[in-house]
Amino acid sequence: MIKNKKNTILGFCALAALFLVLFVLEKLLPTGSMLFVVLKKGAIYALVAASMNLLNGFTGLFSLGQAGFMLIGAYCYAIFTIPVQHRDAVYQYFDGGLIQFTVPVVVALIMAGLAAAIFAALIGLPVLRLKSDYLAIATLGFAEIIRAIFQWDALGPLTNASNVLRRYPLFSSTLFPFIVAGICIAIIVLLINSSYGRAFKAIRDDEVAAEAMGINLFKHKQMAFVISSFFAGVGGALLAMYQTTIQANAFKSAMTYEILLIVVIGGIGSISGSCIASFLFIACSEWWLRFLDAETYIGAFKVPLLRSGFRKVVFSIVIMAVVLFYSKGLMGDKEISFQGISGFIKDPFGLVSRRKKKTEGVHIDG
Amino acid sequence: MADTLLKLEDVTVQFGGVLAVDNFSMEVNEGEIVALIGPNGAGKTTAFNCITGIYEPTNGQISFNGQVIASNYPQGKMKKMYASQNMGKYTKVVKHTPDIITRMGIARTFQNIRLWNSMTVFDNVLTAKHMRAKHNVFSATFRISHVEEKRMREETLNLLEEQNLVQYKDDLATSLPYGLQRRLEIARALATEPRLLLLDEPAAGMNPQETQELADFIVQIKEKYDLTVFLIEHHMDLVMKISERIYVLDFGRLIATGTPAEIQRNQRVIDAYLGVAEDA
Repeated sequence: MIKNKKNTILGFCALAALFLVLFVLEKLLPTGSMLFVVLKKGAIYALVAASMNLLNGFTGLFSLGQAGFMLIGAYCYAIFTIPVQHRDAVYQYFDGGLIQFTVPVVVALIMAGLAAAIFAALIGLPVLRLKSDYLAIATLGFAEIIRAIFQWDALGPLTNASNVLRRYPLFSSTLFPFIVAGICIAIIVLLINSSYGRAFKAIRDDEVAAEAMGINLFKHKQMAFVISSFFAGVGGALLAMYQTTIQANAFKSAMTYEILLIVVIGGIGSISGSCIASFLFIACSEWWLRFLDAETYIGAFKVPLLRSGFRKVVFSIVIMAVVLFYSKGLMGDKEISFQGISGFIKDPFGLVSRRKKKTEGVHIDG
Repeated sequence: MADTLLKLEDVTVQFGGVLAVDNFSMEVNEGEIVALIGPNGAGKTTAFNCITGIYEPTNGQISFNGQVIASNYPQGKMKKMYASQNMGKYTKVVKHTPDIITRMGIARTFQNIRLWNSMTVFDNVLTAKHMRAKHNVFSATFRISHVEEKRMREETLNLLEEQNLVQYKDDLATSLPYGLQRRLEIARALATEPRLLLLDEPAAGMNPQETQELADFIVQIKEKYDLTVFLIEHHMDLVMKISERIYVLDFGRLIATGTPAEIQRNQRVIDAYLGVAEDA
């Protein structure tokens, strides 16, 4: 119990330090720095990945509908926050649109989550009776249908059809997505560590046993699905703020696969793994590996292979290496902890303890 | 005579053309230890699965504590295919999912151990307490019901102490030796606060020493938690030692019922187990 308390205090200190560092960085570095792009998008993807992990990693429901729920969240946020004086310009083909009022940003964020959650509850009724691959196919299909419906002309007064939505309030500081994503991820972690989180894990481990121990399968699956979608919706709203404009066509299944990739690289069943992997993934794809796409000359020598598209080749190889050699992801199903970090610093890659075991073995043999 | 706790009336389970359980009626009275025995494939586990709501009977009725928990009659395609008796006797359809049955007070263990493998011994038992806890997802997430959580943890610890499993509480369930996994599964079933405990071959894969310990253990928990026990078992010494009454199934049919001494002398039971000589 005392150890637990100490860890909580340490955790809060680490979080406070993180926010302080962010605050200072924002004052020091130019706003256009790539670091902020990575931090903003990374925080948003971390939230969506954590929400997907709640479903795929903790409840054992293999769902691929994340992009669809993000789309609903993003649209809900944009539709309700575009200032009334800009609506004529944004909805230029639809006489200024249907909705002629705005709500505060925080309320709109919550509404975005709720809208996604309501859709999840509705499609959960038929879809959650399916298992594994079938569930994945059904949710993927749902996400594609949503994308098509939001571009439908008849819904134009609401969704602006296939035109972009813009001029809604954005965030200027990197702190904003960090705070919102931080709160949401904290709630997800609290849920996972509660009695309901244990019930989710029981369903993942053995459905038959879970049901025989009095856990209502459908109710708990529906709950995980709705809560996961809520946070995906909030994540979608944040993504809309980050991108400054949104259009339904951007929420393709490729986006779901990116998030799935983050979950797998981070470790299925580890929230901190999802967060770390999210920042790594975004940093690699937006920043560190960009040089691979540019043709480079050293003097008169043209560096071979470097050309547009080569980044994706390298990226794929990196992912294959991760899957082959870290098949459980960076974190497996463990969470990051201070003991873990101090252990890693003292003994990276378990070299010391492995050697110790070897010598002990020799002792026994001798 | 004690009250009847579990009652099966004319229960028939037919899969396609195969009669897995054929017109099987039985009773378990409050406070008894009753055993269900029979050769492999006799339909014992199918009967269990009917009671716990995993299968539904094709015909017949099951009641627990005076309340009908399952009732069915042949319908649709089964109307033509039905190969057993008492057709038309039941006209009601009652079915419940296994979690509702467990909530009513019937807990079970499985023939092939089904523990939650990624969880510790402690969490396995704690999770079984989830059903009876007074909380909702909101109060549990935001720790408003932390008093309830604390109570669940204390009760879990007590239960593990009583079952002599407390020294393993932080180990993964799968890391336990086989006999202890069986015992953990029983502890997990007890955490749901049942009135009737169904044990599906609790001594499977145990050596004579472990079987002996298990027999004492079953009697002990029955007294302690005021339980009624209904078990399927192949180890005859265990069955004969602890059960008060025995039902014998063969090819889905009830062939004998009585006290252990009666069953041991019953010629039909002996024939079912050993086979009958053709020319005798």
